[in-house]
Amino acid sequence: METHKLIEVKDLETQFHTPEGIVYAVNGISFFVHEGETLAVVGESGCGKSVTMLSFLRLIPTPPGEIVSGQALYREKDLLRISEDEMEHIRGKEIAMIFQDPMTSLNPVLTIGRQITEPLHTHLGLNKAEARDRAIKLLLDVGIPDAARRLNDYPHQFSGGMRQRVMIAMALACAPSLLIADEPTTALDVTIQAQIIELVAHIRQHMNMAVIWITHDLGVVAGMADRVMVMYAGFVVEEAHVEELYDNPRHPYTHALLSALPRVDRRRDSRLKSIPGAPPNLLVKPHGCPFAPRCEHTIERCGNENPPLQKVAPEHFAACWVDVRTGAPK
Amino acid sequence: MSTETPLVQVTDLKKHFPITKGIVIQRQVGTVRAVDGISFSIARGETLGLVGESGCGKTTAGRTLLGLYPSTAGQVDIDGHDLTHARGKSMMEIRRKAQMIFQDPYASLNPRWTVNAIVSEPMRVHHLINNEKDRQERVKELLTLVGLSARLVNRFPHEFSGGQRQRIGIARALASNPRFIVCDEPISALDVSIQAQVVNLLEELQDRLNLTYLFVAHDLSMVRHICDRVAVMYLGIIVEMGERDEVYEHPLHPYTKALLSAVPIPDPRKERARQRVILTGDVPSPINPPSGCRFHPRCPVALEKCKTETPVMKEAAPGHFVECHAVK
Repeated sequence: METHKLIEVKDLETQFHTPEGIVYAVNGISFFVHEGETLAVVGESGCGKSVTMLSFLRLIPTPPGEIVSGQALYREKDLLRISEDEMEHIRGKEIAMIFQDPMTSLNPVLTIGRQITEPLHTHLGLNKAEARDRAIKLLLDVGIPDAARRLNDYPHQFSGGMRQRVMIAMALACAPSLLIADEPTTALDVTIQAQIIELVAHIRQHMNMAVIWITHDLGVVAGMADRVMVMYAGFVVEEAHVEELYDNPRHPYTHALLSALPRVDRRRDSRLKSIPGAPPNLLVKPHGCPFAPRCEHTIERCGNENPPLQKVAPEHFAACWVDVRTGAPK
Repeated sequence: MSTETPLVQVTDLKKHFPITKGIVIQRQVGTVRAVDGISFSIARGETLGLVGESGCGKTTAGRTLLGLYPSTAGQVDIDGHDLTHARGKSMMEIRRKAQMIFQDPYASLNPRWTVNAIVSEPMRVHHLINNEKDRQERVKELLTLVGLSARLVNRFPHEFSGGQRQRIGIARALASNPRFIVCDEPISALDVSIQAQVVNLLEELQDRLNLTYLFVAHDLSMVRHICDRVAVMYLGIIVEMGERDEVYEHPLHPYTKALLSAVPIPDPRKERARQRVILTGDVPSPINPPSGCRFHPRCPVALEKCKTETPVMKEAAPGHFVECHAVK
């Protein structure tokens, strides 16, 4: 079991200044990823999971965004403090990212070959012929048949699944040590999703690469993550090893999410357990526990104090004033 | 299956879209066979799930079924009315009885209309309530029925969240007292915690109003939860159809097997122990579907005759239909 931390984010706080007021997107979250580990970040839209990753990669447009505080230690360097030149060296080379919609992340007027060889020129300094050979190999690695010919094709000539493979090939071009995958399979069909997940799992093992996999799908997480972090309204509400989290969820939100899911492998026994209400408005500065208005275990304290992330079992952390197993205050 | 006449009866329904070239002089250069001969029936009060991957024609099937697209061939009977030949008054009658809930709660509500205008439109169109005041009372009643506050009648869509907008869409569908509702991916644009709310609402309404649903979706877990029977579509045709638990527990068609094995299960131990049937390649184009069995280029068990002979639908078990040469 490797214990070396590849990246450690501490007390990250990101806000957006909008005409409506300040959006409290990420509210002081801390986490780490070991080398070669897969961390899944789970949460609903607007919970801050993507903004967190974009923040430490310094890809947040500023203004309106602002990283208010925090540290992101990557191999003894604080990514939030280093120069833009140094950052450009890390971004795309050591830390790569793939996105939900490959069509909007690929340039529609440049060939795939041109786009995939670009990081090979800038980061690895390969010449034209070398870069082309490497690009062909990368495309073959991610399962694109007839790669040499397809280098001259444009993004619209690829299907959704194939485009995502191209994105993965580009992300892997410089053999990164951390891959951030932001809902890479959400726009794909289940059979294509299964192909992509298998591909990433295979590459990860092969290259000993760490992966941060952002998703809202608790089914996908179960199959591929080592550790899971659950986010809600810009806070981490629970974090644990994947089996521990599913066996023994200790935050009411995680618990409710797991019971709200229908299962393909089980006969229906009753109506789904739904979570009442909707996620909170991030324009209001959080006061008390953000999940309290939708929670079935709320006690008085929840409305006044936001619970910190506390250890509830070995390597299992949850932010809740109540013990969900008994419903009694801790 | 019950012996009474089904509410919806679809026979060999086809919807082809022409591909044209030229701006002034248009000529047809091809055909997209989006729906290429599907047959099924839905009993009163039943929910039939129509599942498949994107581009398989499930949404087109739902829309053609309601006459939103004119059908190319085939017959649709809804509550005794023949939709394919209906015009004028009889068409209006079918449209009143059969409604639709759309996938995207952002695109399916007119942003310039108030909730009152949106939900009361079917009543105005079908002259159900001709007095403005009574109509608004009925809108309030419908909003309460779908779990929204009646005070919100004069708000605009942008003031609502995705889940609430979907409730407005449901209220609109209910406004004309329909018997049959096509739910076209009604929850796929919503967050997980909101999906369960909307699904439970659809089920409650079905019980209270004795509604019949065609539930078009790609989320196989949710389909197993909400539907009584499922039909699996691939490239414009139905390849397998049967009772929910029968199909999920004993899938016969290789495509259904692959599809079911690709659905993630939220249980780490089970998920890691699973043997997946990983399909290679993508869904072929419906412009020029493969010869013989349409699934043969991706099928892990394809036989020689699958390339040339089109399989026919057979009843492999009572009420369980499958279209595959490999199934005896």
